[in-house]
This record gives sequence, structure tokens and C-alpha cells, in this order.
Amino acid sequence: MDDAPPVLVHQAITHDSAIRHVTGAAPYIDDLPEPAGTLHLALGLAPVARGRITTLDLEKVRNTPGVVAVFTSKDVPGRNDVSPSLGDEPMLAGDEISFHSQPVFVVAATTRRAARIAARLGAIEVEQEWASVSIADALSTGETVLPDYAFRRGHPEPAIDGAARRLAGEIEIGGQEHFYLEGQIALAVPGEGEAMFVHSSTQHPSEVQHIVARVLGLADHQVTIECRRMGGGFGGKESQASHWAALAAFAARLTGKPCKLRLDRDEDFALTGKRHDFLSRYRVGYDERGLIEGITFEHLARCGYSADLSLGVVDRTMFHSDNAYYLPHVEIGSKRLKTNTVSNTAFRGFGGPQGVLAIEQVIDAIAHERGLDPLDVRKANFYRDGSSVTPYGMEVFDRATLLPLVEALEASSDYRARRIAIAEHNARSPILKRGLALTPVKFGISFTLKHLNQAGALVHVYSDGSVMLNHGGTEMGQGLYTKVAQIVADEFGLPLERVAITATRTDKVPNTGPTAASSGSDLNGMAAREAARTIRLRMAEEAARRLDVAVSAIRFEDGLVHGGDETMTFAELARFCVLERVSLSATGYYRTPGITWDRAEKTGRPFFYFAYGAACSEVVIDTMTGEMKLLAVDILHDCGASLNPALDIGQIEGGFVQGLGWLTTEELVFDNEGRLRTHAPSTYKIPVASDVPAHFHVELWDEPNREDAIYRSKAVGEPPVMLAISAFMAIADAIHALAPGNPVQLRAPATPEAILDAIDRQRAK
Amino acid sequence: MPKVSMTVNGKRVSGNVDARTLLVDFLRNEQRLTGTHVGCDTSQCGACVVHVDGKAIKSCTTLALSCEGANVTTIEGLANGQDLHPMQAAFRAHHGLQCGFCTPGMIMAAIDMVNRLGFNLSEETIRENLDGNICRCTGYHNIVKAIQAGAAAMGGLKVAAE
Ligand code: FES
Ligand code: FES
Repeated sequence: MDDAPPVLVHQAITHDSAIRHVTGAAPYIDDLPEPAGTLHLALGLAPVARGRITTLDLEKVRNTPGVVAVFTSKDVPGRNDVSPSLGDEPMLAGDEISFHSQPVFVVAATTRRAARIAARLGAIEVEQEWASVSIADALSTGETVLPDYAFRRGHPEPAIDGAARRLAGEIEIGGQEHFYLEGQIALAVPGEGEAMFVHSSTQHPSEVQHIVARVLGLADHQVTIECRRMGGGFGGKESQASHWAALAAFAARLTGKPCKLRLDRDEDFALTGKRHDFLSRYRVGYDERGLIEGITFEHLARCGYSADLSLGVVDRTMFHSDNAYYLPHVEIGSKRLKTNTVSNTAFRGFGGPQGVLAIEQVIDAIAHERGLDPLDVRKANFYRDGSSVTPYGMEVFDRATLLPLVEALEASSDYRARRIAIAEHNARSPILKRGLALTPVKFGISFTLKHLNQAGALVHVYSDGSVMLNHGGTEMGQGLYTKVAQIVADEFGLPLERVAITATRTDKVPNTGPTAASSGSDLNGMAAREAARTIRLRMAEEAARRLDVAVSAIRFEDGLVHGGDETMTFAELARFCVLERVSLSATGYYRTPGITWDRAEKTGRPFFYFAYGAACSEVVIDTMTGEMKLLAVDILHDCGASLNPALDIGQIEGGFVQGLGWLTTEELVFDNEGRLRTHAPSTYKIPVASDVPAHFHVELWDEPNREDAIYRSKAVGEPPVMLAISAFMAIADAIHALAPGNPVQLRAPATPEAILDAIDRQRAK
Repeated sequence: MPKVSMTVNGKRVSGNVDARTLLVDFLRNEQRLTGTHVGCDTSQCGACVVHVDGKAIKSCTTLALSCEGANVTTIEGLANGQDLHPMQAAFRAHHGLQCGFCTPGMIMAAIDMVNRLGFNLSEETIRENLDGNICRCTGYHNIVKAIQAGAAAMGGLKVAAE
């Protein structure tokens, strides 16, 4: 029984739900038929960002027609905590208010409308305190959610001071709202005895299970979480889905009725965490050719009121502060600042994009100061033989990939000729300036928390030869279910239709990590293949016995099983197995090998491998108005031996545009009171189709992963977000044309206001 | 509660509704047509687009009562049995979807675009006319390709039928 070459893997197969999506027949949680008697929940929200509740009068709420029950923190049967780990996030605020719009009470009513009307009628009186909102506020209070953390190598300060050239600066990096099209939602249905079943739109069903159990004071085995699909996640449903599932389960427990909670869009903006915004300070010393000799970073991250995932997020910023560049003497420090704002959280890239943006800005500053092309400075600083160890001590084993990839894109995008054409254009054009940039991405694949790098799967073959597939990964549009089904179908030599993809459920596969860190198919693909292989071997043994050939002579192909000169259908063999009492059910398990990172010791290997990519973007800016238009994008991206090129290219295009939004139009504005003022797409601009140029070319870099990942593919969910940094640097390049030789100071997002500010600063030089 | 009657996907339907009932809620809750989604509740994302008397509207900000006597088409009303509408087929074939939440609204908006502007749509026209529909997943590239192909296929069908 040897491995036949894959038939479905590596093919551009459409998303498993495509037909259902285009016909409107793919249900999300809000589309499921509601069980009889379902109650609808709405939340009473804190009117200030910080203070102590003095009185809470819910009489009017209770007396509103349709209201069945109103609950506060005092009613929680278990622990009033929905945090992923540290115990610092109450499900309902007790006496203390920590951020504006924090949930204080929950209303259950017969209709959603009644619940929402009632929720507005709560009288919450608060002794208001000064709220710490901005990074500057947090620096003044000195409050943090977690201890500071740094790693260093060599002697950065003397290296910088002794270098021929030096620069220092501050980089402002904005946050980002996820804006998954399907907002946060949960539907909890009480079961027999204490059991609780929750439909949750979550990337992390196991954690939702644990938190629901914690809040209800139950054992984990009494709680089951199911998620068939999400209407987008992007990290915003990694830890942030638990709260709503816990509230729904809490109300369902106390009322004995099914309870549904769907946040409306404005609440979703105000009540859920976002990408961390940063202020990053740097000092760098380099030689005449722009080669970095020493560098220090201090990353000041605004984490909000609780730790949430800020440990890992800001660590990943630190891990990516080198991007693709060798930093000989280096210190990377960080502060996780506490503010009275909603707790910032995972967002596609998980802190990595902020680190990459910081170092790319430093590289640009060096190039501008030296009068060099930034691409040349980038290439000169790439990891290379002899200079191949990251600031955190991991060798960049696959360093040979990036330079040829970048040079291929440099050629195919015609970078050098366009650079000249743009310089000529800018010389002739006083108002409209063009800019061009080609930037690389190197992104570490694996969770930096070791225990998350594991996955499980469950596969059944039924007696008619049909296959049921389940694994711990969740589907949020990225096509994970499709990829894993391709892998399993190939194991059995079956067409895709014979493999039923089923909803992720904690009672099928336990103790899973989140579907995050781009690692969904790496982990779950391996686990599912393992399960399928176990069954296939048993089936092959049965076939070999029947056909009287060696097990090694059995082949699974096209729905048939061959051995010697004989053939039977897969379904026949399945039936024989059942009759002969051969088990056709198996679990599969996988853990990523070679991960050894020790955070306390600051040693070891955090990543299994790196994924690479590069993008070349051209923009034009109007120096009178600050308007910007993206004119052309060329991308070359490394997915290893792609499991499914159509899905992977979709991830790259979508990731780029999401990154483009983060860096250009999506601006979160909190007022001094800590209220989010941009809480709907009317004031928070998400890219639309006309923001993306027709010239948007994406190619895959065809080189198998040197590590033994599933079919030698590479993860693709997050890295493409950072390709959009090319657009940001192209804007900076256009501004640079106003006063060449001076580093550009442009904050992200590069809104028209930010561009105009940068233009003023540039002209003043 | 006032009574409202309309034709939805070719079927006469009616119901007694609170006067404030939105068309999207009437379709989703009363008619159980849940392919029409709610993404923003406030007329900005386009996930809820349906056709009323042949024109695209956002059903999250349309009162059910204002559709009295109207002819409403939702995503569920496009396919002919197993045969997908050409625009649906194009979204599938060109991978014009990821999470799929925006897809029904995109397809309804795309068909409306063809109805207004014809079968031969330039990239630019499509992008401009898609300003009322947000997709957070795809980056729009495949959606634009799908609409172009779907429009052409609708034209082909029309020619074939004549
Ligand atoms: S839900 Fe109607 S436009 Fe967003
Ligand atoms: S496919 Fe997810 S929003 Fe468009």
C-alpha cells in the first residue's frame, strides 16, 4: 500500500460551500431555525469608561413588555470571568467599570426588539473616574496589563553609537476593526440535566467550551460547542467569541430556555477588541551602504483594559521586528500598556504586521537618508549565509528563498524601469506625485505558545463507503474544510463528494487550539490524514486478506481498491470490513515537530518554518488634498507546494486588501472619554471594490516547503496582510519626492490627513 | 397589526406584521428565506440586497409594508431547480466568495447592475457600481471577474433565447 500521487490535493478546487453560498443555502447561526421558546438577549452597557457603579436600577427594564428576565454579575452561578487565561475579564461588570460600553446587565425577552428597547432603560449610576485612553495616557499612569519583555543580542548601544550613520524616530501605527461581515453571535440551548449546547461563531470552540463551563460552574464534558462556519473571523473570533457564548449559556441556564445573542454592528465595534495600535521608537546605526549594524526598538502597545491575547500578540511584534533583515546587534523591547478601552486582541498577523511595518519604515528612512533605492537597502540587509540568526536566536534555515523571490518580482514588475519613469513623472508634475515600493515579508509559522501547536481529527467510514470527516479546525471562509477534505479524499482514493465535511464540535474532537496563526491546514490536515491513514491501513489489510495479496500491493484509486489483478469498489470493501468486524473509525493527532521556544529563557525555536512573499505597489497622491490612489499591485507569494492554488490566491488577494485598509483608510477614533467614535462603516472606511486597482497580479512562488509540512505546502492566512506594506511605503516614496534625502514621517493609517501632515513635515525639511 | 401581501420568488405571500417590520425581517423570519443576510443593519454593507420590482434595494432599511403588492426576488429565487442563474454560476466558477456572507447581496447587486448597464461591463464600471457592497474576505478581485463573466453569460443566454 503505497502513497499514490495526489489527485485532489494541489488542485484549484472550489470552496466546499460555494454552491450553497451562491444560492443562499449555507446557514450561519442567525439563519438556523430557532428552537421553540427561544429568548433574545440584549445588553445594558456602561455609560462611562471608568468608575464605580453606585446604583443599578433595573426596575424599568424588568417592567418592559416582553422581558422575561434581567441578570447581573450577582446571578452568575460559576465564575464571572470570560478571559482566555488571566481571570481579568468579567462577563458582566461588578462594581467597577473598565471601559466604555462594558456590559453590565443582560436582558432576556421574547423578541429581539423588546430586549433591545428594555436594555436602554437601565439606570446605571457611576462615580466617574478619569479614563486612560491613549498610549500617552498609559505612559503617564505607567499601568500595564503584563510585565515588560525584551530580548537582545550583542551590544546594540555601542554598535549604534559607533556606526558611521545614525537615525532615531517614532512610528505611529493604528489599530483595526475586524469587520467580519457576520457579527458576533451565539445560540445556547439547555439540554438534559446540566448539559448546555452552544452554537457559537468562534475560531476557538474548545476555549468557548471551557469558558462556558467556568461561568456556569460545570465540568467541560457538560458543555458542547458547535461551529459549522463563520462569516469571517480574521482573529476577531479567536478569544472574542467566548463572551457572547457565555452570556447566552448563562441566560439559558437561568431561564431554562434557548437564548440567542447577536450583537448589532455598532455594539460589535464598541464591545469587541481590535488590532493593537502601537507607538514604536527606534534607534539605528548603519554604514554608508545602509547596512544595519545596531538597532533598538521599543514597542509601546495599547492593550486595552485586560491582557486577553496581548502576551502572544506583542511577542509576535517582537519576533517580526526583523522582518527579513539580519540585525547584528539588537534589542527589541516592549510594553503592554493598559488603558480604559476595549481589550485589543488577535487580528490576522497577530502583532506581526506592526513589527514588520516598523522595520520597513526604518529601512526606508536609511535609504532616504543615504539617497539609495530602498529596494537595494532591503536586499543588502536580507538574511544570508553567515548572517542568518534572528534576534531571538533561531536560524533562518530557509533563507535561500527570499532573495530569488524578490528578484523575480523585481523583474516581472519591471521595478527599475518604473522607478525611472516615476522620477521623470514627478519632476514634471508639481501636484500629483507618484510613488513605488517593493517590500518583502517573512512570517514565522507556528503558535509561539507551544501547546497550541496540536490538532485532532475524527474520521468514520460507513458501510456504504461514504466518509465522515471532522477535525478541530474551524471554517471562516479560508477554505480549511475544503483543503482537509481534499487530503482525506486522496487518502482513500475517493472523489470529494464521498467525504462529508461536518461542523466543528467539541464533543467530536476535544482540547483543540484555535484556528489561528495561519496554521489551520498545517495542523488539521496532518491530523485528518493520520486518522484516514489508520483506517486505510485496516481496510488494506482486509482487502489483502480477501484478494490474497500482500498489503503493500493494495491501491486505493478512483473509488476502487485494487490488489493483484482484482478490483472491488471502496464501498464493497467497507461493507466487508464491517462484516469482518474491522473498525472503520479512527482519530488522528498531530503536533508540530521541533518547536522549542522557551519564553523565560529567551531561547529555542518558535517557528516550524517561515512563509515568504513580496509585493510591488504603485500609488499616486494629490499633494494638495492628501488623496491617494493605488494604481498597480504585483505580488509573488510563497505557499510552498500549494494545497489549493485557487483558495491560496484568494487568501493573498483578500489579505492584501485587508492590510491596505489597515494602512490607508481604516481609522479608529476614541474620544477623550474613551468612547469609540468610529463604530460603523459610515465613519470607519473599509476598502470597497473601487479602492483596489484593476492591475492586481498575484502569482505563487512554486517551491515546496523544505520542512515536512502537509504535502510540503505553507500556511497562507496571515502573511499576505503584510504585503500591503508595499502600498504604504509607496505613499511614503511619493511624499519623499517632495524633499529627497529626508526620511518621511508618515503615520499609519495613511489617511488624507496623515498624508497632508507628512507632506507638511517633508516640505519643512 | 397591519397585513402585508407581496410576491416573493414568484409565490404570493402575506402576513400580519408590526408596522415597523423591516423587509429583511419579514423575509428571514416570516418567510424563512435566510439567504438574505444582515451585516450592518444600517444600509452600508449590502449583505441584505434583494430586488423589489426588478430593482436592487437594501432590505435592512426598507419597511415590509412599503413592499405591499410588490414583486420581491431574493437569492433563493434565482436558480431554476438545480440550474444556477448565470451570475450564481459565475461566482462559483471564479471563486468570488470566501466566507460567503456577502455573496447573496453581491449577486443580487450584480444582476441589478446588468439590468441597468447591460451585459458588457468594464472592470471599472463594475468596481464603481459595487460601492454599496462590502466584502471583507476576497479583496474583490474574483468578485469583479465573476460579475464580468456572469454578465456576459446572461447576455449569451438572452441571445440564445431570442
Ligand atoms: S445589512 Fe443592509 S446594508 Fe448592511
Ligand atoms: S466572502 Fe466574506 S465578506 Fe465577502
